[in-house]
Amino acid sequence: MGAAFFPVLFFTALWGGVGIAMPIMTPKGPHQNLIRCILMLTAACCWLFWLCCYMAQMNPLIGPKLKRDVVAMIGRSWNNPIVAG
Amino acid sequence: MGDMFRSEKMALCQLFIQPEAAYASIAELGEKGCVQFRDLNEEVSAFQRKYVNEVRRCDDMERRLRYVESEMKKDEVKLPVLRPEEEPIAPNPREIVDLEAQLEKTDNELREMSANGASLDANFRHMQELKYVLENTEGFFSDQEVINLDVNRKLDPEDPANLPGAAQRGQLAFVAGVIKLERFFSFERMLWRISRGNIFLRRADIDGLVADEETGRPVLKTVFVAFFQGEQLKQRIKKVCTGYHAAVYPCPSSHAERKEMIKDVNVRLEDLKLVLSQSADHRSRVLNSASKHLPRWSIMVRKMKAIYHILNFFNPDVTGKCLIGEGWVPTNDISTVQDALARASKISESSIPAFMNVIETNEMPPTYTRTNKFTNGFQNLVDSYGMASYREVNPALYACITFPFLFAVMFGDLGHGLILLLFASWLIIKEKQLSSIKEEIFNIFFGGRYIIFLMGIFSIYTGFIYNDVFSKSMNIFGSAWHMNYTRDVVEDENLKYITLRPNDTVYKTYPFGMDPIWQLADNKIIFLNTFKMKLSIIVGVIHMIFGVSMSVVNFAYYKKYASIFLEFLPQVLFLLLLFGYMVFMMFFKWVVYNDTVEGPLSPACAPSILILFINMILQGSQDTPEPCKEFMFDGQKSIQQVFVVVAIICIPWMLLGKPLYIMIKRKTNGAPPPKPQSGGGEGHGEDDEMGEIFIHQAIHTIEYVLSTVSHTASYLRLWALSLAHAQLSEVLWNMVFSMGFKYDSYIGGILIYVFFGAWALLTVGILVLIEGLSAFLHTLRLHWVEFMSKFYEGAGYAFEPFAFKTILDVSEDD
Repeated sequence: MGAAFFPVLFFTALWGGVGIAMPIMTPKGPHQNLIRCILMLTAACCWLFWLCCYMAQMNPLIGPKLKRDVVAMIGRSWNNPIVAG
Repeated sequence: MGDMFRSEKMALCQLFIQPEAAYASIAELGEKGCVQFRDLNEEVSAFQRKYVNEVRRCDDMERRLRYVESEMKKDEVKLPVLRPEEEPIAPNPREIVDLEAQLEKTDNELREMSANGASLDANFRHMQELKYVLENTEGFFSDQEVINLDVNRKLDPEDPANLPGAAQRGQLAFVAGVIKLERFFSFERMLWRISRGNIFLRRADIDGLVADEETGRPVLKTVFVAFFQGEQLKQRIKKVCTGYHAAVYPCPSSHAERKEMIKDVNVRLEDLKLVLSQSADHRSRVLNSASKHLPRWSIMVRKMKAIYHILNFFNPDVTGKCLIGEGWVPTNDISTVQDALARASKISESSIPAFMNVIETNEMPPTYTRTNKFTNGFQNLVDSYGMASYREVNPALYACITFPFLFAVMFGDLGHGLILLLFASWLIIKEKQLSSIKEEIFNIFFGGRYIIFLMGIFSIYTGFIYNDVFSKSMNIFGSAWHMNYTRDVVEDENLKYITLRPNDTVYKTYPFGMDPIWQLADNKIIFLNTFKMKLSIIVGVIHMIFGVSMSVVNFAYYKKYASIFLEFLPQVLFLLLLFGYMVFMMFFKWVVYNDTVEGPLSPACAPSILILFINMILQGSQDTPEPCKEFMFDGQKSIQQVFVVVAIICIPWMLLGKPLYIMIKRKTNGAPPPKPQSGGGEGHGEDDEMGEIFIHQAIHTIEYVLSTVSHTASYLRLWALSLAHAQLSEVLWNMVFSMGFKYDSYIGGILIYVFFGAWALLTVGILVLIEGLSAFLHTLRLHWVEFMSKFYEGAGYAFEPFAFKTILDVSEDD
């Protein structure tokens, strides 16, 4: 289980803020309801999209298949050293 | 509910206007654009209407304006472009008379100048041709001097030997003129035939092009002289000249007379040039003077004509003291209309103010959705599919976000999204300047600039999630995968690939978007496909559930409460119990199956959701090797069976519920015993109607059940286009841009520059434009068919108010 609480809470709070708090704070005007609808839909769509991508990688069933030189490059460049020995 | 959720409330209004205030009233309403007038005189022909004479006068003025404008185009006089604030209001009747007189004066003046100009031009051309004849025939006559052609020259009596020949040659005559070069050769052959070869023809081409008298087009012409004997032949030759439209000019045979004539012609040519020049100056002044006013005049006349056209819709009151008109008005604009009428009454100093009544009616009003420049594009997309029924839920409100979002799911690439965003931003920032461009394809993009803007923003977001920037990934948060192989393994020459396993205990999910390692993996497509297919179904099913739920809002508004239970409930149950359950299985699989445990929940045992779903519907099963289990959780088989049974029950529920309800309701309402005769008729009508209702409901049910299945599959295009877009982008990078990296030194630098140019062009041309259009059209279909078919009736007609702005825009397009 690779999931962690912090990212889930962070992004849920972020899009929750966009989709719940910001509509509440929308100033009154001729387009108030339009803006609210746009904010809520944006938050719902973006949160769902992020969630699906996150959940798809929580418990991956397959791992990446890499060429040896790619592994070496990743080991050097991504602060992901190869185990010595 | 506020903006755009459903169309505006409309009221059918009856207007009572004093005849003397009618013109001003309609003028005010035309500026506002709030009323769609109904034609109360449909049975009256156009020529019998009250204001037909006024309309004719406007037609006449329009004709004069078109003539003046065409004359300006001939002279390339530029018309000033009116700014919106400079646009004149409709003229009042007193101004009309002045305008009419002004137009008539300008029109007549121009026509007179045109006629005079044509006459002068013709004279000028004739003089020029005569000059050409006189100049070119000089050579002819000089050649002929030796044969003593000049009949005026006296014979030398001292030379008797030449007397007979000289006398005979002295009788030669000639005809001189100008003919088109293209006709000269057949002209020559004709002359030879009629004279049986007894003719001598000389020719000299006129340099340059000359304006043709008949068509005005430039043509090549030639001067000719025909020498012959005998008066009879002369008559024939002149007839041939007439037949070939050759202009014959008088030409004296003596040298001195020709010199004198040339001098005279030159003087007259100079005079004509002067007169022509002065005429052109005068014409130019008149046109320039008129051009200052022409745009205003055009607008005034169009408004005037439109007003009289609307007045012809009105009916006079039986007393003849006021005009009655009817029209649809948005309820929110009723006060605006009343204010306009009051203002018009004040302007025209009418003793009795115009007033307006709201009429109750059973007619279906037109559909009017108030939009702004942001929402207008989305509303147009929806209206292209069908105009909403009156007060029906408006899908354009939700399309403001779902449309660019679904586009971005297919198009997702941070770099390409940025290109879209920059282009749309340019269109929006330069809005005022660009709005005057009239090119059609550009106007399509310009009209959709806010759609493109949102598509760009959402594509940037989905580009982040897909972690795709022109097919490359960004490693921002650190990959979740660890290199837990030893150096010996990595350096093993026999190994070609190394596959990382997800059972690493320190694996932490990449927090935002796709892990960048997948961009480097050779099994990237396999992994991304499973993710994107699930994503497509999840988004699609939610979109469809949202659409079906919209029908509740419609049913509630139209007070069809029975339909909530008889139509909506079975529909949403069918969708949820089958495809909603499929979505649940997807999430369940993501959560439960992992590579850190052995046994039934390991990757090897993870079942295919598609096969599970098919077996659920078909009550099938499949063998699974130990220690795997066929089902994801205990009791799944029972739950699935219940779901399938309930879903199957929903089908006759949809099919029979509503018709049976209507049938029972009619029987209840028809409880009083009817008369035998009317009873028979009523029964007959009721049977037909009930049959129709059953058939209609059957079609609707079949359509819904089948379309639920096919529409779910249809949403897979989100995955298909996303895959195609990403792979095309990668191909462009690997096969075009990467080629530039293979060379060293200065040549390498130059080649990178060249390959980048090619790559950039192909990226914009293919990936952004063509792929963008493809994703756009697929998104449009997902909205029109998959989403809107769940609830949208689209049986309304558009509100088309009487508005000067619309009329003028249409006129400009013509």
